[in-house]
Amino acid sequence: MTRSGYRRTAGLLLATALGLTASACGTDEAPAGDDAQPAAEGSAAGPVSITVNCMPPKTNKAQRATFQEDLDAFQKLNPNIKITKATDAFPCYEPRTFEAKLAGGQLETVFYVNFPNVGRLMESGQAADITPYVGELKTFKDYNASIDIFKKDGKIYGLPTDGYGMGLVYNRDVFTKAGLDPGTPPRTWAEVQAAAKKIAALGPGYVGFGEYSGNNVGGWHFTASLYGRGGDVLTPDGRKAAFNTPEGRAVLENLKQMRWTDNSMGSKLYIDWPALMKAMAGGKMGMMLGAPDVLIGLRNDFQAKFDNYAVTAMPEAKALFNGGAGYMINPKATPEQIRAGLKWIEYEFLTPGKGQLDYVRAKGAGLTVGQPYPDLYGADTPSGQEVLKLRTENANVDPAQFALWAEGSKGIPPKAEPGPYAQEIYAILDTPMSAVLTRQDADIDQLLADAEAKVNALLEKKG
Amino acid sequence: MRRNITAYGFLCGALICFAFFSWYPMVWEVVLSFQQTNFVDPPIWVGLENFVTVFEDAAFGPAWRNTVMFTVLALVFGYGVPFVVALVLNELRHARAYLRFVVYLPVMLPPAVGVLLFQWFYEPEYGLFNQILGFFRLPALDWLNSTDTALVSLVIVSTWMNLGTGTLIYLAALQTIPGELYEAAELDGAGVLKRIWHVTIPQTKLILLVMLLLQIVATMQVFIEPFLLTGGGPENSTVSVVYLMYQYAFNFGNINGGNALGVMLMIVLMVFSAVYLRVSREDKS
Repeated sequence: MTRSGYRRTAGLLLATALGLTASACGTDEAPAGDDAQPAAEGSAAGPVSITVNCMPPKTNKAQRATFQEDLDAFQKLNPNIKITKATDAFPCYEPRTFEAKLAGGQLETVFYVNFPNVGRLMESGQAADITPYVGELKTFKDYNASIDIFKKDGKIYGLPTDGYGMGLVYNRDVFTKAGLDPGTPPRTWAEVQAAAKKIAALGPGYVGFGEYSGNNVGGWHFTASLYGRGGDVLTPDGRKAAFNTPEGRAVLENLKQMRWTDNSMGSKLYIDWPALMKAMAGGKMGMMLGAPDVLIGLRNDFQAKFDNYAVTAMPEAKALFNGGAGYMINPKATPEQIRAGLKWIEYEFLTPGKGQLDYVRAKGAGLTVGQPYPDLYGADTPSGQEVLKLRTENANVDPAQFALWAEGSKGIPPKAEPGPYAQEIYAILDTPMSAVLTRQDADIDQLLADAEAKVNALLEKKG
Repeated sequence: MRRNITAYGFLCGALICFAFFSWYPMVWEVVLSFQQTNFVDPPIWVGLENFVTVFEDAAFGPAWRNTVMFTVLALVFGYGVPFVVALVLNELRHARAYLRFVVYLPVMLPPAVGVLLFQWFYEPEYGLFNQILGFFRLPALDWLNSTDTALVSLVIVSTWMNLGTGTLIYLAALQTIPGELYEAAELDGAGVLKRIWHVTIPQTKLILLVMLLLQIVATMQVFIEPFLLTGGGPENSTVSVVYLMYQYAFNFGNINGGNALGVMLMIVLMVFSAVYLRVSREDKS
């Protein structure tokens, strides 16, 4: 067999094997605390053992050290709970290994999941029902609407630990070069279009507005734009497509005009998140859709010049696509493990002044403080106010970089992913997105009608 | 006896590896394609439901169409080009070893690196290919950004990455042809093309056929090129069967659907594999 033959056969078998065999996933597993020992599971009175994931990788020394510190402190505070394993695989939620780990009993008791996958896991019964236990969490009552993402049929299946609404990320330096005022970024799509045109006119390599078009992220950003314009992907009952509307048309029309009439989007097609982030970090792209976390991502993961970037509110936004992540519990966990797991989530992610919300420590460790997320609690709740106070007091980033987003997003309702089949729908919506970005003669009405028919067929099959 | 024990030991090792890493997953793939499971509750047997689901998927038809088209194009380029390169190398009297190394060099690159290299080559504004076209005052192409050229662009990547292996195999076959045959042909007044047609091709017929079948089996499993270069786009024009399988298994959370698709592909490839086995047997006899 040729080398390519072997490689492809191996690839096919690997893909199969990933789905079928349990594997220890090549990650560093840190025993959580010096005294970590296996303990009897399931006993209400005795000690309980749990495992957790999403420990920051070794390359992220500062965050890893604080995480380890929290693991030790948590177990000291709860002597009956032993965290026997903390895995540091990145990304924290990896769909390619999730089911293999679940099948093989390797999935952590407490596992990370980003919002686009929550609905699917709830639908397929791959996360434990934690409804009976959430009353034990002190800050649970203070949650904002982000908790709704983890609810299904009146039951709760997880806890959000990171959350933010979509906005418009822009490069202040590029704005200045283009003669635009970085203090007053675009508020309408017409202004976005005009600004993009000016940026592209700076010369070769400059891109006014960047957008995705493949690997399901095209559909994901179509959804974000559509929500912003007041549209919806599905009807309220979730049974039919609802994007073949003036709002849906406006999203595509706007992109088509920027791409082909104004020539302000460049000619490169960005097929995934890193591709667009790299382009933005390169310093010649003016704007892209993104939440405040994009700024931190640009700084930490793409070595962008952080001070150059800012985020403002989504133009003309009527609703904000809710981005973020949270934690769910292994469906095979015992009630005691669920309780212990929730305690860990509460300690590490939800308690003001502790774990990820320990801003004094974060500032001391040189981590960024002051970005307006995670946005987990209602503004008027005790937890919300305390987090805001701690964050403001310890801020070490320029608040102006996030101020326009925070101010402009106030009062705009959040909106969640379009149901449990969001990824399938995004894959379908990739097509109209890539069509308007690659074909000058793209027929928007036809593209939307085709996508609508496909989504309706998909939903009908799913029942 | 001792020699036999050693041989059986090696055989057992190979069998265990194959059984665990190849046959066991394949059997489970078939089993899972007839089940509905979330890996928490006991699986439910659903008959052909998973097959019907993927068959009714709007991307199913385009995925097979693209895969067949990719395979055909890969045969045109990926099958013919290495043979021609091997013929040229075989005819050379100087620098053959050096050129053989140069031709084989791309195979040494990890596939992902090769693919990313081409990402730059295909870049519309500053990419190498459009720069070359510009140098000759030819219009720039959209390469990966157009439904007309995206699939061909992937074939070019695939051909480049696998050129070395094919060339070396053909070259090895060419070097087994007795020199007297060429000498006789030359004495009969045959030119280069006639020598290739009347000597080279008949003498390498079996290896050509075997390579053809292997090429079909390999290229029908195209995945890494669309996954890394186009994300299946633009407009689904590069979604392949294995890419769709990946989507089902890992993005749509429907591993059973992915398995059903895998079984379908396996059946198609088994036909070609059966032909390959038959040809190999004929070759030996």
